[in-house]
Amino acid sequence: MNLAAGVQVISFSILGVMMIGSALGVVLFSNIVYSAFLLGGVFISIAGMYLLLNGDFVAAAQVLIYVGAVNVLILFAIMLVNKRQDFVPFKSARLRQVLTAIISIGLFGLLSTMVLVTPWTYSTTPGAGNGSIVLIGEHFFSDFLLPFELASILLLMAMVGAIILARREYLPDQLTPSELPQTILTLPERPRELVSAISGTETDTNA
Amino acid sequence: MQLHYFLLLAAALFCIGIYGLITSRNAVRVLMSIELLLNAVNLNLMAFSNFLDATLIKGQVFTVFVITVAAAEAAVGLAIVLAIYRNRDTVDMEQFNLLKW
Repeated sequence: MNLAAGVQVISFSILGVMMIGSALGVVLFSNIVYSAFLLGGVFISIAGMYLLLNGDFVAAAQVLIYVGAVNVLILFAIMLVNKRQDFVPFKSARLRQVLTAIISIGLFGLLSTMVLVTPWTYSTTPGAGNGSIVLIGEHFFSDFLLPFELASILLLMAMVGAIILARREYLPDQLTPSELPQTILTLPERPRELVSAISGTETDTNA
Repeated sequence: MQLHYFLLLAAALFCIGIYGLITSRNAVRVLMSIELLLNAVNLNLMAFSNFLDATLIKGQVFTVFVITVAAAEAAVGLAIVLAIYRNRDTVDMEQFNLLKW
């Protein structure tokens, strides 16, 4: 074993322990904010795995998209859905957890025997290495052109759909036509309920 | 480095994601478990692309597509969680039984 292989094995084991530990923390922690930050740890260690697998462009995309966008989005969702409630326990919860653990371990056993039994035919040619980004670009604009364009349409649809779903819905029941919003290209939206302002005025009138 | 190590690690991550998907009661945590599942699949694709298909790295192309779809899914899923939180005033998965007879 030369030096490079030793460095690879050590970094692989560090990244693997970090990934599995963080993933267990994501699933098992009761505080969801800890789970969200540990999810970022999972994403970063997976990006390190991609670097070990000669995928430098995908590793950069993983860090940018997952850690930079998806994880921040999840943190914002936790802040918006910030309700400190204790879930009402129900009877079969413990049974469900035990059954799911058994099923998950069984699935892992099945997958690992499949991985170990299958005779993989390794490719003998040297890998792309640093030219991987050129190869990915060639794939995108030749044989994967249609999925590439469809992905852009999917992103546009997801953006519009997320805005439509997440905005406060407008109920036009007591609205006369003169009150209709005059500005074009704006979505009518229910005004935000100003809880503190309303309660403040009520205390003022009571006083 | 062998292919087996990466595949076993991805299988372990996938099983942890399945466990979290079924047992967690917070809706946001369910979405996090789905992200874990997608990342396990991505790790599989990257390992196959490096060890079995080193000249035409189509696995990396597929990984980029999966990352794209995962980003779109996260955005729409969190918007749905936000909308259902406004309607039901909870994020408990056990109380989302509107479509249950």
